[in-house]
Amino acid sequence: MIFAILQRIGQMVFVMAGISMLVFLIFFGTPGVDPAARIAGRNASPEVLEAVRISFGFDQPFYVQYLTMMKKIFITGDLTSFVNRGWKVVPAVLDTIPVTLSLVIGAAVLWVVFSIIIGVLAAAYRDTWIDKLLMILGLIGISMPVYWLGEVMNLITQSRFHDTWMFSWVPPLGYKPFSEDPKGWFLTLIIPWFTLSILYIGLYGRILRASITEALQEDYIRTARAKGLSETRILLRHALRTSLISFVTLFGLDFGALVGGSALLTEVVFGLQGVGKLTFDALQNLDLPVIMTTVLYASFFVVLANAIVDVVYILLDPRVRTQ
Amino acid sequence: MRRDRTALVALAVFLAVVVACLMAPVYAYWAGVQPFKSTLDAVITINGEQRPVMELPTTGLALGYTPIGPTWELGNYFLGADNQGRDVMARLLYGGMNSILIAAAATTFTLTFATAFGLAAGFFGGVVDMVLSRILDVLWAFPVYLLAISLSIVLITQGITIGPFVIDSGSLWLPIFIIGLIYIPYVARPIRGQVMSLRNSDFVMAAIGLGAPPSRILLKDILPNISTTLIVFVPIMMALNMLTESALSFLSIGVQPPDASWGTIIQDGQGLLYTRPVVALAPGIMIVISVLSLNVFGDGLRDALDPKSKIKLGRAS
Amino acid sequence: MILQVRDLAISFRTERGIVRVLDGVNFDVDQGELLGIVGESGSGKTVTVLAVMGLITDPNAIIEGSIKYKGLELVGMKQREMRHLRGSQIAMIFQDPMTALTPVYTIGWQIAEQILTHQKVSRKQAWFQAIDLLEEVGIPKPSEAVHRYPHQLSGGMRQRAVIAMALTCNPTLLVADEPTTALDVTVQAQILDLLRNLQNKHGSSIIFITHDLGVMAELADRVMVMYAGRIVERADKTALFADPRHPYTLALLDSIPPLDGPRPDRLRSIAGSPPSLLILPKGCAFAPRCPQRLSICDDAKPPLIGGAHAAACILPSAQ
Repeated sequence: MIFAILQRIGQMVFVMAGISMLVFLIFFGTPGVDPAARIAGRNASPEVLEAVRISFGFDQPFYVQYLTMMKKIFITGDLTSFVNRGWKVVPAVLDTIPVTLSLVIGAAVLWVVFSIIIGVLAAAYRDTWIDKLLMILGLIGISMPVYWLGEVMNLITQSRFHDTWMFSWVPPLGYKPFSEDPKGWFLTLIIPWFTLSILYIGLYGRILRASITEALQEDYIRTARAKGLSETRILLRHALRTSLISFVTLFGLDFGALVGGSALLTEVVFGLQGVGKLTFDALQNLDLPVIMTTVLYASFFVVLANAIVDVVYILLDPRVRTQ
Repeated sequence: MRRDRTALVALAVFLAVVVACLMAPVYAYWAGVQPFKSTLDAVITINGEQRPVMELPTTGLALGYTPIGPTWELGNYFLGADNQGRDVMARLLYGGMNSILIAAAATTFTLTFATAFGLAAGFFGGVVDMVLSRILDVLWAFPVYLLAISLSIVLITQGITIGPFVIDSGSLWLPIFIIGLIYIPYVARPIRGQVMSLRNSDFVMAAIGLGAPPSRILLKDILPNISTTLIVFVPIMMALNMLTESALSFLSIGVQPPDASWGTIIQDGQGLLYTRPVVALAPGIMIVISVLSLNVFGDGLRDALDPKSKIKLGRAS
Repeated sequence: MILQVRDLAISFRTERGIVRVLDGVNFDVDQGELLGIVGESGSGKTVTVLAVMGLITDPNAIIEGSIKYKGLELVGMKQREMRHLRGSQIAMIFQDPMTALTPVYTIGWQIAEQILTHQKVSRKQAWFQAIDLLEEVGIPKPSEAVHRYPHQLSGGMRQRAVIAMALTCNPTLLVADEPTTALDVTVQAQILDLLRNLQNKHGSSIIFITHDLGVMAELADRVMVMYAGRIVERADKTALFADPRHPYTLALLDSIPPLDGPRPDRLRSIAGSPPSLLILPKGCAFAPRCPQRLSICDDAKPPLIGGAHAAACILPSAQ
């Protein structure tokens, strides 16, 4: 047991180290790419380039730069931004986490609830028009670019129908911290929550329908019928319960990726200053310290989510648990 | 049977979109517009009335110019103009051409490399598998979008040089390369699994026992058996790539101006969202139609070729 | 009379037309009787008992005829009413204990679930009943076994758990669909003993399906032989084994190795294979494989006649 945990932690460290090196290499090791040139901007003079190079420590070897940066993130925590000199990166990243968490957790609640409803309904009425309608709606949800959907939502709720009773409650774009204004927090996030969750509702609804339908073919479902259980109970307690195992695995991975910054497009469209937005801004300025920190933070969440998924998987599936 | 028909209808819809987009140069020539040049002072005729493409608003504070709205007359600023006075309809068709081209090329790229990776890792096992699988693990643990964005930002200013291959910074090959690269693990992993189980199947064992060289076994015995999976992946990857390309272009790190793609047009339309929403809406609708038809077709194709397949639709958020 | 089946016919609408998997099936089951059904795969054994259980849920199935349980018509009964009978008065044991239990719940949970569905008892009482039932079916340390998941038990123990589950509400009629086929030979004997003891103790009626005539000879009171969706012979066990009247029954008996006396050089098998249900012959379905075939066999299907010992064959020796 202890060995398994240690192995797991070892894997996490390996993947995170791999990711940090990969990102570092993308910015410093890509052939023909000069980070100083990117920072100095287009058409910079050689003198300016040289000044940037020395000032940012690009004249030192790769591994020295990498190790210095890691030390500043993990040990001293005083890494500062390239672009806004003196700006402490680690606290800045920590500031954005509540925004991203608020967005992603709310969306996750919506997508779990609605995808289970859709998946179960479609499986219960499989091959009828209800099933077909739900599945095509799900496919439409999967096929919409999330940022475009966000813009359409903004168009409707901020402009075209903002002055009607339907959407007059929608506050202007931006984030309000929960601790200061719980009601404002909730109202500003409703539209982003729905926008972000629609893709996942479609995706998970379809996956759940498929796995419930598959479970319904199993022998144990026939046993459950022979026991005289109601169809609802068979569907929820037997077919859905066994299908949830793969559902939870997927959920963990997607949730981790979103908290880690994949919600970026939604954050950009709704003006939410979350981790994704911060990463994106830093990427555009090639603010490498910020990029390294957010990317490490992102990979940490993804790897953590993987580990949590493994644990939950064990809790959900006794076959794995008791071997 | 009915599912097959739905899938074929979806394919027809997608092909219709492709054909329409390929007609873009014809349309631009016929309409007499230049979709890649600012034409702020163009004047058009609507119902016999001469109107400038960039109008001063008649209501409100009258600050700045507003591009003309849709005329709903084909060949005459059908969808109106964007903020540089360019015909949105012509740009929509050109943009679609780029979007589809990038998606198709990136799909080819991904499938080629994923097959090579999957074959090597699955067939040779051992150290080769260890190294390749770890590389894929690291790539996979990285949120796909962040990887794509990192690569794009680095490469978009200077382009990339790999040996003899040089990709210019504004080139369409750049988004193709980036999108093709990031999805390799997504395809390579299932391929690797399949190759591994084929590797241990009786007929491959027999071929190895008979002394057939690995290259022959890979080409004659294994590749034909994974080709179904690869075919099933084509529409799914096309759909995923179109969404990814549009997102990168929306963030202005995909297709570079003055070139257009549906993503860049949505971005152009962002500033005009509340005054001329059609500029952002139209390309979005085109994306939904194309991606949806690809997904429906992909669904049908999977049911027909590989009904037990565990391939799930990718997500692009 | 517990069960009365009359003119039962079941067909499925398929892409290649309507397939009749069961035709003209008549039989009765008495109080405390063990009726054995023998036949090859596809002969209609399982579909017969699934129809009795009301478990044919395929919308493409057409069920005709009558199944009366204690005078209650089961064909066309509403699922809601059928559910109250199922699991309480009529219970079923399935072939493969490996897949018959939901993998994510403990044995105790699954037994208690059935008790709670049909009886007004508390969760705790149901749990204790489950322990008692496990003890009754001979599972060692039942108070620990209730906490076990299906995959933690051996095949034999799992089948005991399935039997315990079937017994929860002391059913009047127990349907066992090849309950020993998936088990080791030694375990098979134990399970058969268990079933016989339980029947003696509770006085339930049992319908027992098998393709193993040896099992039948040990266990059954009456035997029904099925072929291609029809009953070809139906008689008391002793009568059937002493005086088989249908050539198919005869052939089946010939294919069993004798336990004593000189061993034959080779076992006799039945030439040919069962007919496809899609293209059944007009006459007797067994005729193409029958060693005593006559030309009139192809004209019409012979009816099942002969009272207590009935056979569906036109040969004089069969009557």
